[in-house]
Amino acid sequence: MDSLAARDRGSRRDQRPLTQRLADASAPYLYSAPALILIVAVMLVPLVLGISYAFRDIQLLNPFSGGFIGLDHFKVLSQDENFYRALRNTLWWTGWSVLLQFVFGLFLALLLDKPFHGRAIVQALVFLPWAVPSFLAGLNWSWLFNPVVGPLPHWAYALGLMSEPANILSDPQLSMWGPIIANVWWGIPFFAITLLAALQAIPRDLYEAASIDGAGPVQRFISITLPFLAPTIAITVLLRTVWISNFADLIIVMTNGGPADRSQIVASYIFTQAFKRLDFGYASAIALVLLVLLITYSLLIVVLRQWLVSKD
Amino acid sequence: MIGKRILSTLAHRLAILAYVAFALFPLYWLLKVSVTPNNLLYSEGIRMWPSQTSFEHFEFVLRHSEFPTFFKNSLIVSGSTAIIVTALASLAGYAMSRFNFRGKYWIVTLMLLTQMFPLVMLVAPIFKILSPLGLTNSLTGLVIVYTAFNVPFATFLMQSFFDGIPKDLEEAAMIDGATQFVAFRQIILPLTLPGIAATLGFVFTAAWSELLFSLMLISGNDAATFPVGLLSFVSKFSVDFGQMMAAGVLALIPACLFFLLIQRYLVQGLTAGAVKG
Repeated sequence: MDSLAARDRGSRRDQRPLTQRLADASAPYLYSAPALILIVAVMLVPLVLGISYAFRDIQLLNPFSGGFIGLDHFKVLSQDENFYRALRNTLWWTGWSVLLQFVFGLFLALLLDKPFHGRAIVQALVFLPWAVPSFLAGLNWSWLFNPVVGPLPHWAYALGLMSEPANILSDPQLSMWGPIIANVWWGIPFFAITLLAALQAIPRDLYEAASIDGAGPVQRFISITLPFLAPTIAITVLLRTVWISNFADLIIVMTNGGPADRSQIVASYIFTQAFKRLDFGYASAIALVLLVLLITYSLLIVVLRQWLVSKD
Repeated sequence: MIGKRILSTLAHRLAILAYVAFALFPLYWLLKVSVTPNNLLYSEGIRMWPSQTSFEHFEFVLRHSEFPTFFKNSLIVSGSTAIIVTALASLAGYAMSRFNFRGKYWIVTLMLLTQMFPLVMLVAPIFKILSPLGLTNSLTGLVIVYTAFNVPFATFLMQSFFDGIPKDLEEAAMIDGATQFVAFRQIILPLTLPGIAATLGFVFTAAWSELLFSLMLISGNDAATFPVGLLSFVSKFSVDFGQMMAAGVLALIPACLFFLLIQRYLVQGLTAGAVKG
């Protein structure tokens, strides 16, 4: 009986006109076509073109450039001291930014998870930095670090941290910390919002049961909160690492990679090559190296995840 | 016992206070310097509030500088981007939410990948492509680029809003004889209005903040957006701190307005974008 009904249904579907069936099958593609065409034209095509630039001599101001030069850019790159410094700086910038954003963000999420009077308004205020445009965040912090109008150097001097009120952005040893501090200020809300959402999804009765069993707050945090948060923490930290390592806005605005390329990360170095020196070929070669590094990082994560899953 | 609880509540409130102070202090300082008259700017350098305030910097910025043009350009670019992206993303998000089709996996993968790779890679090739088309130094060029960059994230966001609306609704309409597109437009879209508003807000904020591509693609003052204008102002008149900060306060206003609009949807937006700032 069942198979007869199924065949009946099947044959009835076949009786629909061909045009109708075609229209039904193509519907989802029609809905997504405008978005897809745009993504392909403005992101994929330039990506492929950019990869080809890495093997060509392309300088905007030189009309005779454009020829194929093989691996020449990469030979220059392998000797480029500034590039190696930018690589080290990228690790430094990404590592400290993610670590500090995560620690302060988690702590803020835990504070906001407790109900108290005025929580909604406090939440809006502490999340506000996230809404500040990144160029403005960068400018705002570079003004705070500027001894002419900013209070920070004077405070550091009063506390004895500095021998005179100076601008750390022009100090080759410290200039990297300016953008890192601005980035932490700007990025804490992102972690806090994501972790707060995960915290509020933890069933409350678990905590009640645990405290009836005599577990203290630290114990409850370690055996309930952390395990529940772990997946969110892992995914947010991993994705954020990629995003922050590519995030050049604050550095471009605050130090422009300076002084003397001391605070350059790879992403800002690419932008400097393309924007200031108009050397599109070399910029694309560095970009290709960055892309390969990021793909390696992502593959490592995928492999690690597989390994963890198979271990369970 | 009670003493301990009071102590822990006190520590909690103090920690909250410290966070609020840290979050607001830079913005407070921006506002403070922008209302400090020039003659007090250096003599009262690190006072928490100047002994006199004035709006002279705002007046200068609004009357005698090109910031109103920059502001208008940014408004045009961010507004058009937000509207176009939301339209495209509602269509694509609806397809992701309601249909099961063979290409879906690949489309999702493609959109996820665009969120992962460094956009700074595209600065040079996009300039090379747009320049012969006359789209550098033009607001249209910026809108096209920003629209493409924001569509993937907005699609995921819209999909999450469509997922929250039961399928039965349009199925009922289709039994009554409506085509799926009519059902989508007349029944589903109106129900998603809050989601549409949130998507508009997210995309507007993202376009308003974008820096690298506007620096690269725009060189003249006529088509300069706010970040381009502000940065060139900073490098040209780097001593007029009051005016720069007054301009900064102006740039902050639309961002804060949209932040209030999308505040309820922050979590959804951040998880949809996942890697988006």
